[in-house]
Amino acid sequence: MNQTSAPQSAELVAATPSFAMLRTLGLVAGLSGLLVVLTYQITLPLIEENKRIAIERALFKVIPGATSRRDFVATAQGIVAADDRAAEGTLVYAGYDEQDRLVGVALEAAAQGYQDIIRILYSFDPVCQCIRGIEVLKMAETPGIGDKIAKDPVFQENFVELDARLKADGSGLANDILMVKHGTKSEPWQIDAISGATISSRAVARMLNDSAQQMVPKIITYLDRLRDPGREKE
Amino acid sequence: MNLPNQEETVTADTFLRGLWEENPVFVMLLGMCPVLAVTNSAINALAMGLATTFVLLCSSSLVSLFRKLIPKQVRIATYIVIIATFVTIVDYGIQAISLDLYNALGAFIQLIVVNCMILGRAEAYASKQRLGATVVNGLGMGVGFTIALLCLGGVREILGAGSLFGFPLFAENFQPWVVMILPPGGFFVLGGWLLLFNWYRQRRERKLMEQQGASVHGS
Repeated sequence: MNQTSAPQSAELVAATPSFAMLRTLGLVAGLSGLLVVLTYQITLPLIEENKRIAIERALFKVIPGATSRRDFVATAQGIVAADDRAAEGTLVYAGYDEQDRLVGVALEAAAQGYQDIIRILYSFDPVCQCIRGIEVLKMAETPGIGDKIAKDPVFQENFVELDARLKADGSGLANDILMVKHGTKSEPWQIDAISGATISSRAVARMLNDSAQQMVPKIITYLDRLRDPGREKE
Repeated sequence: MNLPNQEETVTADTFLRGLWEENPVFVMLLGMCPVLAVTNSAINALAMGLATTFVLLCSSSLVSLFRKLIPKQVRIATYIVIIATFVTIVDYGIQAISLDLYNALGAFIQLIVVNCMILGRAEAYASKQRLGATVVNGLGMGVGFTIALLCLGGVREILGAGSLFGFPLFAENFQPWVVMILPPGGFFVLGGWLLLFNWYRQRRERKLMEQQGASVHGS
């Protein structure tokens, strides 16, 4: 439709002063900035609240019995409360029951899956020194195949009590968390793969092993601080 | 600008054109990227359709309001800035409404910016028409786009997951046709709908001609 107007506008093109262009673009850009900032400010508290709800929902699901949480940061020097703004490192979510006793610690882990990075939240129980549950936070695995890692009940059973004991010297896990072929699980630190979704299952095993090797020694060392955060309560 | 003015008066047709005669998906085949990518469930399709409709309506209205101010040389830049603004607003809005939905739609919310249906409306319609006509036409196009997305999303979810809007439709032993919610399923279902649409159009046109007593096609 608009081709018909092209010849006539050729003369107009030459006549348009650059001032008009600047004015229009400036006006539109200013209006656009105003609208975007306004929306950002209005929606920011709502988005933060949504994120908090999403994390807590996942957290209380992976830590059995948890009703409240406190955030910590694992730095090179140790574990400190997350309100310490200077602290940089991995986030550690500690879950407590109604009597304010530590029931588990949740951590994020990630590894490359079949299509994209898979991010999960898993919980570590310091009493049995085992992994108590996983929850997939983000993935792009094939629907009907790889995405079974999130829901498949047989696969989830792996994480009811997955062994993650420390070596005697405390430098790492006594046994690597490993994926084994479906139906051949014989040790408590092995993960029974989903038949047909080996790559996704292996990704879960790898991210758990990598994260646990690094984080479990720290959690065990600073367990008292996680157990008794009263000293750091606001 | 000073184009030969063809400002149209608002009629029912201004609205209905987007639903049927110039349906952006089934007739003009515009904006295929979100059409194929996010229609793996009915709720995603509906959310995408509504988000696109919002952007289309707001950006067309603004373009129509500013149409006398926008010089030809910078019109595309101006349209894109206006469209991008509303896409950003939608992006924050969806995050505020539901993070699950936001994660499901992924990058396709931001990609509304390059949906050619929206730029097409701005260039071919909003930049020449009064605000009233633009709003009505944009609403029609948006509703047409949403219905088309729902047609795809509904069929794909029923076949590929055995549910509609998340509610299971079949008994436990239903074996989902997983390929339908994978990318190839998008093409299959779109092809099926286009076939149906074109068959119906051709049949209607033939009937019209027969009614006029002009049996041209000789079929």
